[in-house]
Amino acid sequence: MTAKIITVTSGKGGVGKTTATANLAVALAQIGQRVVCLDADIGLRNLDVVMGLENRIVYDLVDVIEGRCRLKQAMIRDKRFDDLHLIPAAQTRDKNAISPSDMMKLGEDLRDEADWVIIDSPAGIERGFRNAIAPADEILVITNPDVSAVRDADRIIGLIEAEQKEPAKLIINRLNPAMVQRGDMLDAEDVLELLAIKLIGIVPEDENVIVSTNVGKPVALDEKSRAGQAFRNISRRLMGDEIPLLNMDFKDDFLHKLSRMFK
Amino acid sequence: MADWLKRISGQTGSADEAKERLKLVLIHDRTDINPETMEELKDDILKTISQHIAIEPESVKITMMHEGREQRLVADIPLKHYDRKKVS
Repeated sequence: MTAKIITVTSGKGGVGKTTATANLAVALAQIGQRVVCLDADIGLRNLDVVMGLENRIVYDLVDVIEGRCRLKQAMIRDKRFDDLHLIPAAQTRDKNAISPSDMMKLGEDLRDEADWVIIDSPAGIERGFRNAIAPADEILVITNPDVSAVRDADRIIGLIEAEQKEPAKLIINRLNPAMVQRGDMLDAEDVLELLAIKLIGIVPEDENVIVSTNVGKPVALDEKSRAGQAFRNISRRLMGDEIPLLNMDFKDDFLHKLSRMFK
Repeated sequence: MADWLKRISGQTGSADEAKERLKLVLIHDRTDINPETMEELKDDILKTISQHIAIEPESVKITMMHEGREQRLVADIPLKHYDRKKVS
């Protein structure tokens, strides 16, 4: 069995890379897939806390690359799924501790360990980003519907093209349907038209994401959460299933209905 | 949407402005051409073409367009109108 390697990246920080990585990993594990997720944000480790595994860390990514431990020793098993593992980033080192070729080699070694390897990229366009995308078979660019996140996503998409990688696919995160309806937030269609890449999912803004991060339990495990559902849908699309987009229709109030009539 | 409706429903429609601004910013980011360079380019093109053929400089339109992720420079350069009788 040989794993497919996916990297989640964004350019801009704070748009939801780590949240998406954790949730896609959990959602894939939930449908019986063997998953290893890897935190490539060296020095700013966070995937461990988002997944609730911070207390189990002994070895990290840099330990593996520098040969201080075996690969399996750095793979922390998830609390909920036996076939979900995390390789945490080193916290006291920086991005220059490893190179894109180190990551390529690690990626190849991980192919035998799982069905999916999901890499959480650091923000930015420098070494850390290049390390994170080096071993990727598929790259997911995540953005928010705002001017700075979309602009940075466009830069990243250009850099991925220049690396001659497969065209990236887009996740639009934190879409607020009420604001879109008011005309105060870019709609998914606007973002797609601007960035001109394929969409793999739209995740609505959802307070449950913060709550789930507080307790280290990714929102994909919450059956009722809309964001959780969106991440579960993306994981099915990664598997090749045709899943329709979530209905983002916001409850119409009277004025919106009226304004539509005059459109 | 009617303006008065936008006002009473508290809509500012700022998303349209965001999209328009982004369109321009992305063109410049992707091509590394700023408006000043664009003007210089336009002048150079006009100068070169004028050496060979008479054109209407005021009606020239040179713009950056994009189709998907492809950028293209589109020039619309009307030639000077001649009265055939006078010429012959």
